[in-house]
Amino acid sequence: MSGALQDWKSQKKPFAAVVSAPVFWLALFFVAPMAIVWLYSFGQNAGPVDIEISGTLDNYKRATEWLYVSIFLKSFAVAALTTLLCLIIGFPVAMAITFAAPKWRPWLLLGIMLPFWTNLLIRTYALMALMGTNGYMNKGLAGLWEGASWLRTLVGMQPLEAWTPVQLLYNNFAVVLGLVYVHLPFMVLPLYSALDRLDKSLIEASLDLGAGHFKTFMQIVVPLAAPGIVAGVMITLIPALGAYLTPDLMGGTDSQMIANVIERQFKRANDWPFGAALSFLLIYAMFILIAFQSMRANKVKEV
Amino acid sequence: MTQAKQPIIQIRNVSKRFGKVTAVDNISLDILAGEFFVLLGPSGCGKTTLLRMIAGFEMPTEGQIIIDGQDMSLVPPNKRPVNMVFQSYAVFPHMNVTDNVGYGLRISGVSKGEIRDRVAEALELVKLGGFEDRMPDQMSGGQRQRVALARSLVMRPKVLLLDEPLSALDAKLRAQMQFELADLQDKVGITFVTVTHDQDEALSMASRVAVINKGEVAQLAPPADLYEYPANRFVADFVGSVNIFEGKLTLDEPDKAAVDCPGLGKIYLNHGVTGPHGADVWVALRPEKIYLHVPGEGKAVRAAAQDAPDGHNLARGTIKGMSYLGDITLYEIQLEGGQMIRVSRPNLSRHDQEDFTWDDKVSMHWRADSPVVLLS
Repeated sequence: MSGALQDWKSQKKPFAAVVSAPVFWLALFFVAPMAIVWLYSFGQNAGPVDIEISGTLDNYKRATEWLYVSIFLKSFAVAALTTLLCLIIGFPVAMAITFAAPKWRPWLLLGIMLPFWTNLLIRTYALMALMGTNGYMNKGLAGLWEGASWLRTLVGMQPLEAWTPVQLLYNNFAVVLGLVYVHLPFMVLPLYSALDRLDKSLIEASLDLGAGHFKTFMQIVVPLAAPGIVAGVMITLIPALGAYLTPDLMGGTDSQMIANVIERQFKRANDWPFGAALSFLLIYAMFILIAFQSMRANKVKEV
Repeated sequence: MTQAKQPIIQIRNVSKRFGKVTAVDNISLDILAGEFFVLLGPSGCGKTTLLRMIAGFEMPTEGQIIIDGQDMSLVPPNKRPVNMVFQSYAVFPHMNVTDNVGYGLRISGVSKGEIRDRVAEALELVKLGGFEDRMPDQMSGGQRQRVALARSLVMRPKVLLLDEPLSALDAKLRAQMQFELADLQDKVGITFVTVTHDQDEALSMASRVAVINKGEVAQLAPPADLYEYPANRFVADFVGSVNIFEGKLTLDEPDKAAVDCPGLGKIYLNHGVTGPHGADVWVALRPEKIYLHVPGEGKAVRAAAQDAPDGHNLARGTIKGMSYLGDITLYEIQLEGGQMIRVSRPNLSRHDQEDFTWDDKVSMHWRADSPVVLLS
């Protein structure tokens, strides 16, 4: 194995030939546009379409205004809550798949993956159809309400007042629910891969030594699934932090996240330099998260 | 030692079915307190399933397992007075040796001081003193197994279950661990129940062995009885190496018996076999119990063979294969009737292996108490 790798390194020309295409692709379509946006963030509008890159820091100064800081903080809070809920819901799901009969496992995994193959917009609208005031969730609740009301009349009590539909959509609750729905697979898959690698006899050994299921879970399963938990948290937290579509469609006026603000700068406000500055602040925040994770990963390796 | 006769584990008509597959088929046996009990059998015979039912990881489909007088049907693994050493050792990779060994004690709320003392004592017992702070990935397989052993022994279980304890060790270490396990069992006085597919392991360590075949007990006996008095062809063949010939019982009296084996010749035994006259039987003859006649030593050999009537317990053949194993040489000999027989011969002097070579015509004999007549 290592011999083959060393051959690659010594054979410079074929190595360069193979590597140059992706490097070129990355440079042209990733590094260059990012660099341009990065430069914009130090510029100002010099007309409806022209941007003058003057090296000003005004855009970053403006981003420290409480209005934007609070939206940043709120985005973090929403993303963190989403991640936590995904972890709480995803862990039992991942465990269930791990311990399912082998013939069921691919089908259960397919069930987790299936939403990936549907457009996010369609999935979001479908969820909205469920949650609307005339949606199935409200209809179900109305049915329960009427049932309860009928039961009250049976025992001679006053019937309940008429059902008023619950406003499920266009608020922060809807945003978190939508984000959890979209990001759950990102959490389940790394958790599953960590739990799948876990030697089941470790769990049996813990039971054998007198630990109950809860203690075994806390002392053995969680610590050994830690790499999967960290990976799942990162892979959920980062896209949730930059979520745009879900808060845009399912949120109310007070539930915009940072990506919605950035979008507004680029489009309605036509303030590309400020939008660029906000974008890069978001990217830096994500870099810090990733750096934090890799530092932790190195620490684990050292132990 | 009267206490040693008490059964600590009673297995009563236990069956285990996985769907249509019967892994364990109506097994009943008693394991006595303080003994080193071995479940021996080929892979897939149900021995591991039986062990896992004792540990509580599998529930019997039918039957009852009683440990120390208590029915275990509704007792989960974490409440049973047994501990298990897993085939993979299952040492917790995120804990050092001390934390691994102390895990069970911590869980059951033993005081810190007592945990420290008992862990130290257990590590001393398995000769792992000085390894307290090691992580499992810094240890060899043999050392990890000692951690697993200490982790179970520190719980002072009534019974220690060992699933293929030596299968992952290299040959030298395995031989050493065989002695150490037997020694350890003697020291702590805990009942050991071991599963293995390795007959050497079973013979060297066990006080009693249950040979399991297709979910049933083929024979339950001390090691020497298993080897010298196998109950059937499966046991004779599985435990050690053996030659088996089909024959008819022609004589069966309390002090002698004879079998006519078309392949081997006339076989005489100096004891009765209590089988129906004229019945189809099998004769099992161990390779080391057959003497090859070295040319020139004929007289001495014939003298030794005189415990049988003339023409009995003798055979002739041609050497077709030889394998020199150092301590013994193994010969594959084609008998005059065409069948093959295996004979082993100890190399008592440095040149013994030169006595015979390929295609030599040889004659051989065996003593009248060597063949075993098997009815099934």
